[in-house]
Amino acid sequence: MAVQSEPVRVQSPKRAAGDALNSGRPFAGPSLLSRSAPYLLLLPAILATLALLGWPLVKTFELSFQNLNKRQLILHLTEWNGFANYTDQLTSSEFWHTTGRTIAFTAVNVVLIMGGGTLVGLLLNRLGKKMRILLQAALMLAWAMPIVAAATVFSWLFDSRFGVVNWVLDQLGWHDMADYNWYSSQTGTFFVIVLLIVWQSIPFVAFNMYAGLTTIPAELYEAARMDGAGAWRIFRWVVFPSLKPFFLSTTFLEIIWVFKSFAQILAVNAGGPQGLTQTLPFYAYIQGTGNQHYGIGATIAVLTILMLVVLMAYYFRIILKQEDEL
Amino acid sequence: MRRSIIGRSWPNAIAVVLFVFFIFPVYWMFSTAFKQNSDIISKTPVFFPLRGTLEHFGTATGAAQFWEMVGNSFTVTVLAVLGSLVIATLASFAIARMKFRGRKSFVLVIMLAQMAPWEVMTIAVYMIVRDGDMLNSLVPLTAFYMMMVLPFTIWTLRGFIAAVPKELEESAMVDGCTRTQAFVKVVFPLLAPGLMTTSLFGFITAWNELPLVLILNKATGPGSAQTLPLWLTSFQSLFGDDWGATMAASTLFAIPVLIIFLFLQRNAVGGMTAGAVKG
Repeated sequence: MAVQSEPVRVQSPKRAAGDALNSGRPFAGPSLLSRSAPYLLLLPAILATLALLGWPLVKTFELSFQNLNKRQLILHLTEWNGFANYTDQLTSSEFWHTTGRTIAFTAVNVVLIMGGGTLVGLLLNRLGKKMRILLQAALMLAWAMPIVAAATVFSWLFDSRFGVVNWVLDQLGWHDMADYNWYSSQTGTFFVIVLLIVWQSIPFVAFNMYAGLTTIPAELYEAARMDGAGAWRIFRWVVFPSLKPFFLSTTFLEIIWVFKSFAQILAVNAGGPQGLTQTLPFYAYIQGTGNQHYGIGATIAVLTILMLVVLMAYYFRIILKQEDEL
Repeated sequence: MRRSIIGRSWPNAIAVVLFVFFIFPVYWMFSTAFKQNSDIISKTPVFFPLRGTLEHFGTATGAAQFWEMVGNSFTVTVLAVLGSLVIATLASFAIARMKFRGRKSFVLVIMLAQMAPWEVMTIAVYMIVRDGDMLNSLVPLTAFYMMMVLPFTIWTLRGFIAAVPKELEESAMVDGCTRTQAFVKVVFPLLAPGLMTTSLFGFITAWNELPLVLILNKATGPGSAQTLPLWLTSFQSLFGDDWGATMAASTLFAIPVLIIFLFLQRNAVGGMTAGAVKG
């Protein structure tokens, strides 16, 4: 590292900084301690990351190559079985169904979140002060609701007998819905989960969007309007280019967050009916902890992580370009 | 004329619809928690309950080990947030203010760690904790929650430290402060809003965490190391269709977070955007 390649000059960092600044003499060159200061400051963070994040990550890979079920767990046996778990999963139709379901689930959620969030952000920018504060307060509450509490509330809203949603649908003339059980079907359960996730995620996007919009100078809009641009063209040629980094990073974050969602799936209907609303993280949990096939669960986890890595790759290329400008 | 009135009022009309959409579930949680049972299971929903009751809160707080779990949740959350603040302040100062070899790689690792798939790493964490004979304990939970909020804390604090003009620190050093003193006396006080915001987010993450505690701390009964999210997910199966009590339980769980949010509202939006919108 650079630290070692430079000539070592032993001097206290206090004196080094103090001398250089006080006496006006040319800076005497960084001492060993001041050159290693950044690494010392980073040390706790690095150690914590290695022990608490790196180790579980490595352990996940390790477990995925083991035949580890209830028996092996209790007897503390380590039985390596090579790629057996992987061939098992990669040839299992349930795994591929779950993967396809997870991708579709993520796509639907992210499109709704980004579309809805952008529109709400644009709306916030157009509203008068009072109305804006009112809407911001509502968004803030939805955003702040703990996931588990929100999921419980949604179960109540969509309760078949006394739920307010079924009552409203009935009043609107949709009489079939009067005692409809949302959790008896895949579509119904997914509808509740998606609505829950979108409801909680739009505020984040909308607030960011609004904050970004306030940084666009008014002259830009005026100039565009003078040139005869309509609302869509202003968005396409003025707003979008200015906020493109925001769009990219937020879309990416939402993809990751939705892809990983676990608590919502568990709390709304525990992956039911018949496991038809399980997505990959939940599937890994059910296989691993639920059915006590820990090795298989770890294999699904690894495959999920690999998919996330693929999703990240493109984004990180963009982020690294931006990082140069920082 | 007609067009301009519509032109002026449609944003407000949409805003009202959105207001209802976003606030209704929260309102419904509160109102159900305070409603009498006859109003909860009436054929026509009672939107504005006139007769309130605190009975449901009694049922919820009377549930087994409720106060113990409140204690557990607060202990784990507060310790995890404090731990990550200390570690993150050191690290973020280094990456915001110092130039060194490996800085970029560290930033990259932090960004990757922020997306760590904790939800699918629970099996490995379970094995590690079990091999260390620490299941059903608050210690590993605190440590892992600390790690969950650490990358975000570093990343956000970095932004706040970078926002403090370097000249302030330099002039303090010209006046005879060491670099450490300059940080403690000049930069740190200016970081107060940043530290508040960051801990707010950390608090929420740790307070809400479910997947890990679900797999690590399964043991129930007195002295258990369970936290409130677990309590709330099991509440419904324990109390069945007692929606009043379930909503009272949700309210109790949500209230600390909602209060923090409202209290720090301005900082929350500002801090969040400082962390998220770059450039």
